[in-house]
Amino acid sequence: MVLGTYKEALSARSTDKQIQKISQDGGIVTALLSFALDEKIIDGAVVAGPGKDMWKPVPQVAMTSDEVLAAAGTKYTLSPNVWTLKEAARQYGLEKIGTVSIPCQTMGIRKMQSYPFGVRFVADKIALILGIYCMENFPFESLRTFISEKMGVSPELVEKMDIGKGKFWVYTADETLSIPLKETHGYEQNGCNICLDYVAELADLSTGSVGSPEGWSTVLTRTDNGDSLFKQAVEAGIIETKPMADVKPGLGLLEKLSKEKKEKNQKTIDNRIAMGLPVPYKASTEKEDPLANY
Amino acid sequence: MLARIKEFLGMETKPEAKNPEIKEVASEEEVEKVAEEKPKPKIGYIHLSGCTGDVISLTENYDILAPLLTEMVDIVYGQTLVDRWDIPEMDIALIEGSVCLQDEHSLKELKEVREKAGLVVAFGSCASTGCFTRYSRGGQQAQPSHESFVPIADVVKVDLSMPGCPPSPEIIAKTVVAVLNGDMDYLQPMMDLVGYTEACGCDLQLKVVNQALCIGCGTCAMSCPTRAVGMTDGRPEVNGDRCVKCGICYIQCPRSWWPMERIKKDTGL
Ligand SMILES: Cc1cc2nc3c(=O)[nH]c(=O)nc-3n(C[C@H](O)[C@H](O)[C@H](O)COP(=O)(O)OP(=O)(O)OC[C@H]3O[C@@H](n4cnc5c(N)ncnc54)[C@H](O)[C@@H]3O)c2cc1C
Ligand code: SF4
Ligand code: SF4
Ligand code: SF4
Repeated sequence: MVLGTYKEALSARSTDKQIQKISQDGGIVTALLSFALDEKIIDGAVVAGPGKDMWKPVPQVAMTSDEVLAAAGTKYTLSPNVWTLKEAARQYGLEKIGTVSIPCQTMGIRKMQSYPFGVRFVADKIALILGIYCMENFPFESLRTFISEKMGVSPELVEKMDIGKGKFWVYTADETLSIPLKETHGYEQNGCNICLDYVAELADLSTGSVGSPEGWSTVLTRTDNGDSLFKQAVEAGIIETKPMADVKPGLGLLEKLSKEKKEKNQKTIDNRIAMGLPVPYKASTEKEDPLANY
Repeated sequence: MLARIKEFLGMETKPEAKNPEIKEVASEEEVEKVAEEKPKPKIGYIHLSGCTGDVISLTENYDILAPLLTEMVDIVYGQTLVDRWDIPEMDIALIEGSVCLQDEHSLKELKEVREKAGLVVAFGSCASTGCFTRYSRGGQQAQPSHESFVPIADVVKVDLSMPGCPPSPEIIAKTVVAVLNGDMDYLQPMMDLVGYTEACGCDLQLKVVNQALCIGCGTCAMSCPTRAVGMTDGRPEVNGDRCVKCGICYIQCPRSWWPMERIKKDTGL
């Protein structure tokens, strides 16, 4: 299963103009977290909040819709959100924690829930995991280097970053710049090259841009939790949807990219195993499903 | 090993656990159900060099503690729990604490328990990795020559390791249910962890970052019971002065071992 287990795939976006303006894609993450806060489905959310350096996020416990909104937009660098779940449970005393997480962070959370060896009273407080798709991530210094050295713009002037159509895009107040994604290769963190999860297969609901038109997101609802939250939000008019069959480029592209990521990274895993290096995953020869995330 | 657990729990005659779908933290009903269906294993609690935190964590399972102690298991040995000085035969020995090589009484008790117990469980990080007792250098009261504290697996064969400083009430409840259900798949990581006796916060650097495996998720920093781990530029940074060598950061890291099958079962995904 190249996209993991899911109930429904839809193209969707937030109906809120302000969220549409600030968010990365369809504003699904911001809209759903705000809705879940309003409806008391969660009592706080760990997000990649703004830090003191532009584009270098700091995980943050957002307690209001405004704080969730302030954290909207993709930062293409590491934001160890899982770390801050404990702060949400202890310092903030939250009983129902929501979070946004890239696939590998979702894996850390799910492993902790199934095997909470040394983690007391956090597992059952995780009420909502919104997963976002992820092909790779960059150490901050990598990001800074290719933006300022290859694209010739200082990160402070950048208003939005995006990946799409095979390019890395940077938007400033008066310019749109891009470099082919090839140019960023080798700058990603190495650990991403053995990652077998593109679409946050273990989240309650996953979303990303691929598959849907500009300004819209592709949503995969997975658990009962995620599915029911999404339905409630649609019902409440917070989110509007279109069938995937009606949008371009459609689910096929998402499946294609996911398969490519898995196949490429499984090769790296096989190579590492051949070299005798540790990997937490199986060699392709030992797997029933070559595309599975283990 | 598998055969032994199965044998003493009477699993060999019915290899398919009746209740394989136990999810999440064991609820009271689940525990009672298990209690009705299974013979009561005899459990001993052996307290070596640890702080008693592990057994306190066990008692924090308020909702299952009463049925656990009264209906599910027979506690046959244990300081303060049972008035008995000779070590009886038992199915499971939970051993808390590391063992002091200079303390002949502890060594003797440990070895005798190994002979009398079907399964020996290193319960808590002191027993499994040595944890903070690794820092001992002797020269202290009550016995200045007591200086060398090692994980029990250094001295006897251990069957299951449940590290944690202390192990969370949740993992204890999940493990109890798994043992009573003969759910070997759930216990497998604990069998594998028996070999992880030299733990340290620096494993994050040596075994994850140095091995090109780290992805900056922050699970290690979330897990550390002493807050010795911070995240700097997306990588764990360990404050050695705070690290008690419990091993939890590395054990919880999604890049040390990966239990996908179990997670799929637990989440229904
Ligand atoms: C490193 C990275 C790589 C990605 N790669 C792809 C891809 O290949 N294909 C694809 O379709 N989508 C990818 N995405 C997801 C995409 O960029 C959007 O984040 C996603 O579509 C959500 O958009 P939105 O409008 O619903 O969210 P918004 O409403 O804009 O909210 C985004 C949320 O993501 C959180 N966030 C931002 N940066 C990070 C981070 N670094 N780590 C954790 N959380 C963060 C923010 O706190 C915010 O809550 C990637 C995201 C990241 C962080
Ligand atoms: S590619 Fe995988 S490992 Fe890398 S940041 Fe994305 S989810 Fe994490
Ligand atoms: S838990 Fe995450 S951040 Fe910590 S060492 Fe492992 S991969 Fe790196
Ligand atoms: S860093 Fe923390 S979790 Fe890791 S071994 Fe040390 S005390 Fe334990």
